[in-house]
Order: sequence, then C-alpha cells, then structure tokens
Amino acid sequence: MRAQSIWQCVSCQTCATRCPKSVDCAGVMDALRQLSVERGVATPEQQRIVLFQKAFLRNIRRNGRLNELELIEEFKLSTFLHDRSISFLLKDATLAPKLMKRKKFHLVGEKAHDRAVLARIFARCMDNSRL
Amino acid sequence: MNLAYYPGCALHGSSNDYEQSLRACLATLDVQLKEIDDWICCGATAAHSLNQKLAVALPARNLALAENQGFREMLAPCPMCSMQLLKARKALAQDEALRRSVSEIVELEVRGELQVLNLIQLFELIGLDALKAAVKAPLASLRAACYYGCLLTRPASVVEFDDAEQPRSMEKIVEALGGKTVDWNYRTECCGAGMTMASEQTVLELSHKILSNAAAHGANCLVVACPMCHVNLDMKQANIERHYGVRHAMPIYYLSDVVGLALGFKPEALGVNRHFVCSADAAARGVGTSDAGVKASAPTKAAGPKACATGKA
Repeated sequence: MRAQSIWQCVSCQTCATRCPKSVDCAGVMDALRQLSVERGVATPEQQRIVLFQKAFLRNIRRNGRLNELELIEEFKLSTFLHDRSISFLLKDATLAPKLMKRKKFHLVGEKAHDRAVLARIFARCMDNSRL
Repeated sequence: MNLAYYPGCALHGSSNDYEQSLRACLATLDVQLKEIDDWICCGATAAHSLNQKLAVALPARNLALAENQGFREMLAPCPMCSMQLLKARKALAQDEALRRSVSEIVELEVRGELQVLNLIQLFELIGLDALKAAVKAPLASLRAACYYGCLLTRPASVVEFDDAEQPRSMEKIVEALGGKTVDWNYRTECCGAGMTMASEQTVLELSHKILSNAAAHGANCLVVACPMCHVNLDMKQANIERHYGVRHAMPIYYLSDVVGLALGFKPEALGVNRHFVCSADAAARGVGTSDAGVKASAPTKAAGPKACATGKA
C-alpha cells in the first residue's frame, strides 16, 4: 500500500491488455490507490499526485467542468502547504502568459448550470470520505 | 449526419485548438454536431484513482443526458472521455442492479444504449472514399508518425476499437489524404497522460522516448487524436528539449489538423498557429516544403520566439 508504483502508474492499460490471464491489473491499481487514500498511508513522495487528484475532483464538484486555472492554483497551494517547496510553487508560472498568447487560457472557466446535482452526486458516491 | 457532441473539459479549455480544427473539418464534411446540454466532466484519472462510484456516475450522467436529449450516437473526441463513457456503459450493461442504482445517484434514467465514437471512428464513418474525394491539397510532404497513445485502443475489451498492439486506422486516414506514414515503435506507448502537472518527470521521460523514436524512423511530424497527448508532446516539448539537451522541433498535429489541411483549410483556420512547436520548426523538418498542395504562403517572420503566427504544414 505504500509502494511508489501505485501512484507512479499512469493508467496506460498496457498491463491489463497484455495479461494472459485477463487480470484487470490497471483496475487493481485503482483499487489500491483508493484504499491507500482511504487509509491515509500514501507516502510523502506520493502526496503531490494525491493532492492533484483531490484538487481535480473538488474542482469538478464545484464547477461541473474543469477550470484549469483554479485547478493549478489549488494544486500548487495545497502542495506548498504540504511540502513548502517554493521552487515547485513557482515552477509553471511562466506557462500562463504563453497559454494566454495562444488563447488557450480562460480566466473565467465554464460551469455546468445544474451544479446542485453535482453536490448531491458527489455526496452519494463519497459517503463520509472527504476530498 | 447529426451527432451528439461531448467536448469534455480539455476541448473547452487549453486544448480548444483541437475543437477548432475538428469543427472546421466536420462542417465541411456535412456532419452537424449538437453539443449535449449541461454536460459535466467525465471524472478522468482523478475519479478512477480516488472513487470507483464517481468513476461510473460522472460519465453515466453524461450518457443519460445525451440519451434523454434524443441522441443515439455521440462524438467524444478526447480518448479519456470516450474510454470513461464506454467503461461506464459497459459496467451498466452487465449489471442491472448497478444501472438502477446509478440512475438514482445521477437523478436520470441511464439506459446505456448510446454509441460513443472517437474522432477516428467518425472519420471512418464518413468514409475514406468520401475523405479522398474532398481532398483539395494532398499532404504529399507529410511523413507522419501516427501516435495512438493509450486510451484510443485500450482497454481493448472496453473501447473495442482497432488493434490494441498494431492499430492502423489513423495511418489509413493520413494515407487517404495523400500523406506518407512511418513505421515506428512507440505508437501505443504512454506519453505520461494526466501527470503533466503532478509528476512532470514522468511526462518528460516518456514523451522524450516517443519523440526520439518517431524522428529516428524518419517522421517529420506526429499525428495525435488526444488532447493530453498533444499537451505532453507539444506544450512540454521545450521542457523535454531543455531537460535532455536535445532539439526535437517536432510538430504535433491533431488528426483533424491534417484532415483540415488536406481539405484546403489554412493552418490559422484550424488553430495550428496556436500550437507551441511552430511553423518554423515544421518547415525545418520539411513539412510543407515540397511541391505539394499543402504548401502555404511564404513563411513570414514570427512575432517572437516560438510565436506560431504563421502556421505552415
């Protein structure tokens, strides 16, 4: 459960596709990730990836659709509070103007209209676990 | 042809160039896209990594929205979205109790009968002959490394598309447009997917191998059909070059870019000028420098370094 490989896995599905016994290895990785977060045993090296996935889901719960700017801000902030790395905090700061110049960047992201239903869907799926 | 359209977050975010080019192509090919009303995110890697129920419920709500809005077929041009949608559909089809409980969770009846198409499948549906007939500028200078990545063909039991190890569907399209394709080794390897922000090192390593292998086999561009692949191979290419001390200068096109160019669109009309690896790099690789019809107007000097003001393909 503390193995690096659980969070290093990029879910490329190659293992599941090639398994001669048709084991859904990628699905096993998903299950291990879920258990690892539930039990709070992810190691510090793995935390950045966990924090990213959590920030992603909070963003969806709030907006219905991903707001990339908000996600990056939230991910960077939660990572900084976790590991106090200023270099990581500032690492992608130069990306924003480059994306803006290419009109690939939205200051105001899209939102789904019915966001109340999202809150209910998340509550039903997540039981008592927090994001 | 009328089709439901599920853009997904990427195509309405930083991969809006993908949406621009596919909309341009499909309008010309007489395909009308109707964006499904009030779609939500499919949950992507975050959902299947953290919560199994969400990983089914989020795509299931989108299936239900499209079905309730009267559609039987839906285009999902992002392979992450289409795989998640298909995976949810399969899970619901196999388990009636799950289908009923998920319908309650998402507050809509999910029948799970909607056909979900990726962009390659849509071009196949339009037909290679129809594509050929519409070509105005054959892609004769293209030596494309068609890159499938992970989720277009995997998991095979979910997406049921092409061959998971040796796919050929993209090559057939590029060749129908007059382009050449190269045989290479990394067509279905992973680029690092959604690790772009959280674990950049993973992306740099995997994407560097892909770019290097494509170049070693004589490719002068990569063709992708996935917004995440495009981000990692195009946007991150400068970081890869810096990290490994190499120069790739490899243009990365969406499949709809090369279709659009062959249909006679200017690169700017497709958003190709908004890619990170720019026209000068494309020209250096010999793309668009032959006597082929894709030859665009003479390259003008870009406004700044890496400013892709004049796309050329």
